[in-house]
Amino acid sequence: MTDRTSGIPDSPIEVPPGRQGQTPLLDLRHVSKHFGRVIALSDVSINVYPGEVMCLLGDNGAGKSTLIKVLCGVHQPSDGAYLVEGTPVRFTSPREALDAGIGTVYQDLAMIPLMSVARNFFLGSEPTKGVVPFRRFDLEFADKVTREEMAKMGIILRDTNQPVGTLSGGERQCVAIARAVYFGAKVLILDEPTAALGVKEASVVLRYIAQARARGLGVVFITHNVDHAYPIGDRFTILNRGRSYGTFTKAEVSHAEVMKMMAGGEELETLAKELEKYENPNTIAAINAASGN
Amino acid sequence: MSASAAPAPPQTDERVAKVNPIRQFFSRPEAGAISGAIAIWLVFALYPVSQAGFLSARGTASYLEVAAELGILAVPVALLMIGGEFDLSIGSVIGICGMVTAMLATEIGWNIWPALAVALLVALAIGALNGFIVVRTGLPSFIVTLATLFMVRGLTIALTRLVTGRTQIGKLKEAAGYDSAAFIFAKEIPIGGITLPVSILWWIGLVIVGTWLLQRTQFGNWIYGVGGNPHAARNVGVPVDKVKIILFMCTAASAWLLSTIQATTYGGTDVLRGENREFYAIIAAVIGGNLLTGGFGSVVGAAFGALIYGMIQQGVVYAGIDADWVQFFLGAMLLVAVLVNRAIRARAMGGK
Ligand SMILES: Nc1ncnc2c1ncn2[C@@H]1O[C@H](COP(=O)(O)OP(=O)(O)O)[C@@H](O)[C@H]1O
Ligand SMILES: [Mg+2]
Repeated sequence: MTDRTSGIPDSPIEVPPGRQGQTPLLDLRHVSKHFGRVIALSDVSINVYPGEVMCLLGDNGAGKSTLIKVLCGVHQPSDGAYLVEGTPVRFTSPREALDAGIGTVYQDLAMIPLMSVARNFFLGSEPTKGVVPFRRFDLEFADKVTREEMAKMGIILRDTNQPVGTLSGGERQCVAIARAVYFGAKVLILDEPTAALGVKEASVVLRYIAQARARGLGVVFITHNVDHAYPIGDRFTILNRGRSYGTFTKAEVSHAEVMKMMAGGEELETLAKELEKYENPNTIAAINAASGN
Repeated sequence: MSASAAPAPPQTDERVAKVNPIRQFFSRPEAGAISGAIAIWLVFALYPVSQAGFLSARGTASYLEVAAELGILAVPVALLMIGGEFDLSIGSVIGICGMVTAMLATEIGWNIWPALAVALLVALAIGALNGFIVVRTGLPSFIVTLATLFMVRGLTIALTRLVTGRTQIGKLKEAAGYDSAAFIFAKEIPIGGITLPVSILWWIGLVIVGTWLLQRTQFGNWIYGVGGNPHAARNVGVPVDKVKIILFMCTAASAWLLSTIQATTYGGTDVLRGENREFYAIIAAVIGGNLLTGGFGSVVGAAFGALIYGMIQQGVVYAGIDADWVQFFLGAMLLVAVLVNRAIRARAMGGK
């Protein structure tokens, strides 16, 4: 199926069941990314079809953020091919990816703390009105949409003019997601959107991902939390130290197996043994006594 | 998952405190500069020695003129500062623009208009070069434009001496087209017994255009974004490099405008024109509440910063104080402004 010698392989590397003949929205084939001597990604292939959630799992430093930065035009792959809806692309800026319908929530959120919520929401994609010399930023429209989109996520903004820096971490996350959903027409890429969130906020985000999938969007959901990924994911790609362990459908792997692959097996077993110790009431009493409680 | 719909959002939020208009004013970037300008006006207006002169129409006109000449520079300098960069080269750009215009119009005998056009092109080229080097190398603009400040000044002096054997050029008033140029750039508008230079109108016009650009346009939103966090701005599709280069070209163009106003007003120019103006323009912008690190600020604030400078400069004269003190007062104002503005910014970010 793949012909490594002619550059671009002739078809997607991993075709999920029931998707034969369909074209993936995003398709990376044998992609590598080097930063000088650091090999952040090595021979990674993933793809996303419409109406599915592809989870990208891996420990810190596994290369997840690097992979999504390749997808959304921040980085260019050092090697391999990138196809959007079947056409090879080489994005030189995030703007080009955005114009191709790829909306991204960056791990660092890409927001300007001193700017208002509405201005942040529309930064780079400002609605305008009026004719050329007097063309202006339609702030009323921006305010209205920001308010509406945030309300859809269950967040009532006190004031769309308040600086983003004054929002809570969860609220800020929701602004970034609402913005990506609003502008990402075909694909939504979320880099650790639930990492800094409480249980309730995380469930709002997960529900949002489900809604996006129901509308036919392709979602790339990056996390290192299997509890968040497993319930919502359709397929799972596990990255470890820049390499892919492969892509698995939900039918192929269990929650525990995903966990195991992520941590690299042995470490988890050691941990399980350690944890067993605490199950023993005597151990707990001993620990409590030692810590002076 | 999607079955559990979010509860209907309440229409009002009990967490919104009633907004006190005074508090709201003091969370704006220009609040410090406006209050400062009022305080300084009061000082000179109430001090018996300066009162009569300072409050007279002539006195008002004199500090407005000084403020206007600095204010013209301060508008784009503020925009550039909000965009996260400095331009120290404008002082030299003022010098070279005047020399290019004067040499073409008097030594070669061109009409003054094409001479002005060439000078503007020179300014825009220097601005574009500054911007290009900054965005390409990622070097601090402070260093890049410090280099061009010296290079352009040196070039101006050396070339002028080489061509004319002097460092001053006069007789611009004899050049073809001078009258129409003077009407646009150096007209004295009589108002109630005194005359106001047209530079004040240029200043006010630039403040209005600059404010509109910053607050009401897409480009203005980009300026905030580029200064606030260039990586974030680039990631959401803002053409960061283009925005910065355009802003550098705007500061250079304002230097050309000021040079043109001065050359047509005095009928000549010399190679040292505009010396130190870059520092005064930055002082006006900072007093105006513009954040040195970018992403926050106000054009109106910079205008009040320039007004403060004008009032101190002229007020000291009317108060009979030695003009040497101007620099001291200005430096002190700058220090107070940085402290006050830091508090204002903390308030804007939701502090107490
Ligand atoms: N711009 C960069 N320059 C050099 N090394 C980088 C750069 N970005 C990421 N890396 C390296 O690539 C590896 C993967 O990083 P990253 O993709 O951020 O991991 P993850 O998001 O999975 O935690 C890390 O070792 C990181 O240090
Ligand atoms: Mg990451």
